[in-house]
Parts: sequence; structure tokens; C-alpha cells
Amino acid sequence: MLKIRNVQAFYGNIQALKNISMDVKEGEIITLIGANGAGKSTTLMTICGVVPVRSGEIIFEGQTINKMPTNKIVALGINQVPEGRHIFPYLTVMENLDMGTFLRSDKDGIKQDLDYIFTLFPRLAERRNQAGGTLSGGEQQMLAISRAIMTRPRLLLLDEPSLGLAPIITRQIFDIIKKINKENKTTIFLVEQNANLALKVADRGYVMENGVITMTDTGKNLLANEDVKKAYLGI
Amino acid sequence: MDFEYFTQLFLGGLTRGSIYALIALGYTMVYGIIELINFAHGEIYMIGAFTGLIISSVLTMMGMPTLAVIVLAGMAAIIYSCSYGYTIEKIAYKPLRNAPRLSALISAIGMSLFLQNYVLLAQTSDFLPFPSLVPNFAFWEPYSHIISSAELMILLTTLIVMILLTLLIKFTKIGKAMRATSQDKVMASLLGINVDQVISATFVVGSATAAIGGILIASHIGQINFYMGFIAGIKAFVAAVLGGIGSIPGAVLGSFVLGWTESFFTGYISSDYEDVFAFIFLVVILIFRPSGILGRSQAQKV
Repeated sequence: MLKIRNVQAFYGNIQALKNISMDVKEGEIITLIGANGAGKSTTLMTICGVVPVRSGEIIFEGQTINKMPTNKIVALGINQVPEGRHIFPYLTVMENLDMGTFLRSDKDGIKQDLDYIFTLFPRLAERRNQAGGTLSGGEQQMLAISRAIMTRPRLLLLDEPSLGLAPIITRQIFDIIKKINKENKTTIFLVEQNANLALKVADRGYVMENGVITMTDTGKNLLANEDVKKAYLGI
Repeated sequence: MDFEYFTQLFLGGLTRGSIYALIALGYTMVYGIIELINFAHGEIYMIGAFTGLIISSVLTMMGMPTLAVIVLAGMAAIIYSCSYGYTIEKIAYKPLRNAPRLSALISAIGMSLFLQNYVLLAQTSDFLPFPSLVPNFAFWEPYSHIISSAELMILLTTLIVMILLTLLIKFTKIGKAMRATSQDKVMASLLGINVDQVISATFVVGSATAAIGGILIASHIGQINFYMGFIAGIKAFVAAVLGGIGSIPGAVLGSFVLGWTESFFTGYISSDYEDVFAFIFLVVILIFRPSGILGRSQAQKV
């Protein structure tokens, strides 16, 4: 579905991605783990066209997307829940969700997705008229994911969905990520610092260090790998 | 206290505030989206007035009825000003979008000087008489000693513009995109919004309201010159800051507050210090509310 080929990206003069190659197959959950500053978020931003690709190629369903503007890439069915959630603080919960449907015009489908979201997160239904900026961190994360669902993505990029959340809410969020993957057939690309949790839900994983992919395997094998255990699982 | 005199000053302030509001909207909307003080905005207003003058003179010479002249000249001014606003953004600001903010500010001042001098060369520095486009409505005659037909027209037009703008921003797709873009540009683009288009639209909408203001005030005062955009622009900018720059209701409120301040101070104290009062008031407000009356505080949740 998504092929990343020898991609290099820079922030100013600093090289953030060094010859990255990755593959995402339709219907799977893949995860990219690594330490702070390894280049995980940059990878996602590069896919979405926010950070430009210096060399290499990103191909989505046979189409080269690394020269497209962000809004065109999003229109192809790629959506991202960025790190830090990026809720529109002065829009209400409903308006935030509504922004997710910016490119859609199928009224029935939108209604259906809204109902689906409110059954996933009843809390959001309760707070639908509250400003996004006044929600708690967990609620904001729920809203960010819901807003992404409203775009009906085929490939959903999630950046650190567990960041700053209580363990019980993290687990809830991860359950829902699995659910979206199963029920909506949404392909998921998960970036996480919580490697343990991420590798447990992921079909396959990539490990990134200083802008380089150092390892790739199934989630299960990476969980059992001694190096990964030592560096990222704290065992 | 003479109640009729008070009413007159009140309505005079309201009229003045309406014009400031029409200009201030452009400042505040542009600031809300790209955090730039568009110093060329006063010139857009001036260009609107000049276009109105040229078109209305031509149409009047052709013997068109008054109403048709108002509507057509108004439309022409709006279209002309909008294309200027659009072009200014593309030429002077877009290439500097990722540059330090000071560069864009200097570019804005340059654009302002350029447009002033361009109109100076094209239209001379003389004050040109502007025809009074608004006739004295017969039905309004009994009240015209309190507020003239022209002033009434200004109030009504401003009211209509405000209502339309509110509807645009609250309910249309482009309006929603504007709100989202002003709050979080990256996220807006990640939801499929074409941010460049939204920025252009903001300049166009702001220019349109400025052009309407330009025509209304020119027709009310009766003369225009190339420099009219400067002081009006500064005043409207003050109004926008007073209300809280970036906030649309703030800009409107700030404009009315400024209009009333000027009107009451000149009416009850002295007309010599009109601008002084306006700026003293600005300083006092900013001491107590640094981000303006309706401005959002700068605190950010991380």
C-alpha cells in the first residue's frame, strides 16, 4: 500500500532521515519504535508532505506522493493524528469532528461515522458542545483519533497516541486502534515510545535509531529480541 | 445634559466605528491567520474609494439612476480591491511565509508606500471631490437632524456586512477552513484544507469589507486623496488591537469603542485633540488588558 524508498529528509542542515525504506501492506498494523529524536515523527510528517523529501521516493498505491502538497496527499486517503493531538482549541468537539469531514460530502456516511464514534467514545458525545481546548489530555486524544476516523482514512498514521495519558486510558485507546483496524479495515502506522504496548498490537515493527532503520521483524519477534528488550523495553 | 446632543454624538460615534470596523476586520482576519500586520490594508481601502470615484463618475455621466450607480460602483470597488488584496498577498507575503516575521512586516510597509505613491502618480495629490452617492431619503427627513441618510446607509451596510461575514465564518466550508487554519495551520492541512487558498480567501474577504468602507466614507465626507488610507488604516489598526487582534468580534467592538471615544471626547471636550484621545484610550486599555478587550491570553497548554 505504502512504499518508502531511500528517503532522506532534513530540518535545516540537520539530516533527520537517512535513507529510510519501509513498506506498509494493506490491512496491517505496523509500528515504528525508537528513542526520542530518532526521526519517527519526521517520518510521518514526510509521508504527509509537511516535511519535504530531499531524495528518494514515497509511493502510495502506485502513485508517487512525495512531490504533492499535504492537502492532496490527505485526499488520497492518508490521515495523521500528530503528536500532541493538535485539537483546534477554540472549536467545540462537534466542530473539531466536523473539520475531519472537510473533504467529504456523503451526508449519510458522515452521520454513520459520527454515531460510530459516539459509541466508541461516549465521553465525546457528552462533551460535544465543549471547546476542544478545555478537554483533558485523554479526551483530546480520543477526539484527535475520532477526527481522523471522520476523514475515513485508508491509511491512518498515529504519532504517540499514548503520550501523557494514564495507563488505563492508554489501554483503552489501543483497544480502539485494534478495533478500527479490524472493523474498518483501516491500515495503521503507529509511532510509539511505549515499545512494549506497540509491539504487542502490531503485526510488524521497525526500529529506528538516529534517522536510520536498524531492524525490522514481526511484532512478536521484536518483542523477544534481546537488543530491543535492552534498549526499548527496559528488561 | 442635552439628550439630543448626546444621541447625536452616540450615533456619530457609531457611524465612525462602523467605518473603522469595516477596515479593522481585514487587519484582524489576516493577523488571525498568518500573524502579519498587513500595513498595506489601508491602501486597499483607499484604492476602493478611488475605484468607486472613477466608476461612479463614469456611470453618472452616462446618466444612470442613483441606485444603479451605487451598486455598480460598489461592486467595481470590491472586485478591484479584492484583486489588489489577492495580488499583494501573492507577491509580497507568500514568498516570505517561512521567513522571520520582521521581513514580512517590512514587505508590508513597502507595499503600503508603493501603493500610495502609485496612486499619487496616477491620480495627483489633490483632494478629489467624491459625489454624494446616497440621496436624502424622503421618508428619513423627520429624523435627519439626528442622523443623516448617508450615515444611516453606513450603519445599515455595516450591519449587513457583519451578518454576512458571521454567516460566512460560521457555516460555510471556507469559513470553517479559515477558523481551523487560524488555530492550527499544520493540522488544517492534515485534514485536507488547502492553506494557501484559505489565506488568499482571507485577504479577499478583508479587502472586500475595506472597499465597502472606502466607498461609504468617501461618499459621506465628499473628498478623497491618495493619503486617506494611512490615517484610517492606523485608526482601524488601533481599533483591532483595542478589541484584541485576531478576534473578529473584538475588532468590531474595538472599532465602536474607538468611534465613541472620539465622538464623545470631541463633542464634550475639544475637537483639537481627537486623535490624542483615541490613542490615550488605547494606552489605558492595553495597560489593563494587554491582549485587548476580547483578546485571548497568550498562555499555551503543552
